[in-house]
Amino acid sequence: MGLDLNELAQSCGEWLRGTGPEPDIVVSSRVRLARNLAEFPFIAKATEVDRAEIERILRERIEALQAEDRLPRNLTFLDVGELAELDRRFLVERQLISRELADSEGARAVAVDPQEQFSVMVNEEDHLRIQVMRSGLDLQATWEAANRLDDLIEEQVTYAYSDKLGYLTACPTNVGTGARVSVMVHLPALVITRQIDKVFRSLQKISLAVRGLYGEGSQAMGDFYQISNQVTLGLSEEELTKKVADVVPVLLDYERQARDFLIRESQETLHDRVSRAYGILRTAQTITSEETLHLLSSVRLGINLGLIKDVETPTINKLFIHTQPAHLQKLAGMELDSSDRAIERASYLRKHLANGGEGPAAN
Amino acid sequence: MKCQRCEKPATFHITDLVDGEPKELHLCEQCAHTFLSPEEEESNEVIPAMAGLIAQAAVGETAEDLARLDERVCPFCGISFLEFRKQGRLGCPHDYAHFTRELEPLLVNIHGETHHVGKSPRHSVQDAEQQTQLIRLRREMKQAVAEENYERASELRDEIKSIEGARAS
Repeated sequence: MGLDLNELAQSCGEWLRGTGPEPDIVVSSRVRLARNLAEFPFIAKATEVDRAEIERILRERIEALQAEDRLPRNLTFLDVGELAELDRRFLVERQLISRELADSEGARAVAVDPQEQFSVMVNEEDHLRIQVMRSGLDLQATWEAANRLDDLIEEQVTYAYSDKLGYLTACPTNVGTGARVSVMVHLPALVITRQIDKVFRSLQKISLAVRGLYGEGSQAMGDFYQISNQVTLGLSEEELTKKVADVVPVLLDYERQARDFLIRESQETLHDRVSRAYGILRTAQTITSEETLHLLSSVRLGINLGLIKDVETPTINKLFIHTQPAHLQKLAGMELDSSDRAIERASYLRKHLANGGEGPAAN
Repeated sequence: MKCQRCEKPATFHITDLVDGEPKELHLCEQCAHTFLSPEEEESNEVIPAMAGLIAQAAVGETAEDLARLDERVCPFCGISFLEFRKQGRLGCPHDYAHFTRELEPLLVNIHGETHHVGKSPRHSVQDAEQQTQLIRLRREMKQAVAEENYERASELRDEIKSIEGARAS
């Protein structure tokens, strides 16, 4: 049973549904587990034959679990090396694979479910990267789902594990639990009021990492940030989850205070910013990806503050992803250079924001 | 070797991760300290993960110590400590045992701890020695197949199976 990437491009992904607790600020919750098979060298020292064998073993075992109905049958294995460059970029934009997996060489794969709630990357930095994503703030359930998936796979293979150091990973920064627990948050008011750096400094003091939308080294696009644990050794998975979960109410509080401040002290300026952003997105004839993210962020804030009433957050969430370069080309059904993309992007935005977002995006 | 930022000799060899790509920096002590304690306004940047750690581990070591350390090689996967420093990735699970003395300060630096307290695999776990033995046997088996020594390869396969079988029981 194949997974049609063209069909997938039309949809949105569970994690962008805009449901779950605190969906105005917390876009999604995610747990990633790094695992390695005991009998193979890590990727840095694995030969091409090793990599192919790792992929074969994991694929076989995962398919066996599907055959026993212990894993969903619609979970699909994609051979990442065989995919067209555009499809790889598309999966990166969709957060189903990392840039590292897309750009590396040799045998590598990903198993994804059509609801995009979980993906299992094979031969990324580690042999296995198990990832579970949920919409909104739902870290406990996300961890439990990742844990179940890990238990199932673990019955089939022998993980590299030591009693002292826990799960052994290619990079010492992941050793121990191998778990990275994160929330993706939208913090536009903290950016506008220039308090964001202060917030990040305090997060770093308590060993939490802050990254942009697409992980390590990526820019914070559209005021989206990923907050995750730095430490993976010496704390249990539950403690790590709690550490990230505990900081979220504080972040929510800061962002809401900043939003209240903007409404109270500079409502006209804020309303103007939001309305102009909405106006440009609905009328532009050509627009870059960067400007789009920036303006969508203002519109998203405007919706959440009740300044824009004729379009809903899930529509905007979807536009954030659908206007990215690879998505845009998949949706247009052809490869486009950057100036053609800018025209196509503007047209897509006009179409989907016409009649106050009652265009096809609201479906 | 000269420092990349000034004319002094480079005594710190730092592996930084830039956009997920390892990048080697050779700095003198002063430049290394500046690099490792970023200015207030830069502190919201992602902390260059391996950089701080490895330089920290090297603090107090002379260039000769570091050079000697760099030459140490894992007998199982063949990775040298220098390679690890350059790419920030280990070569096999055994490296954690082989480079334990060097990695321990690093782990303390990253995690503040050296002991795992979380989840463990439910089924019986092999000890570290068996894990590395598996890697070695698998490698020898491949070699035997390449040399068309199928008898030896089949012996090795049986040996692997018996270790893996022990796990399941």
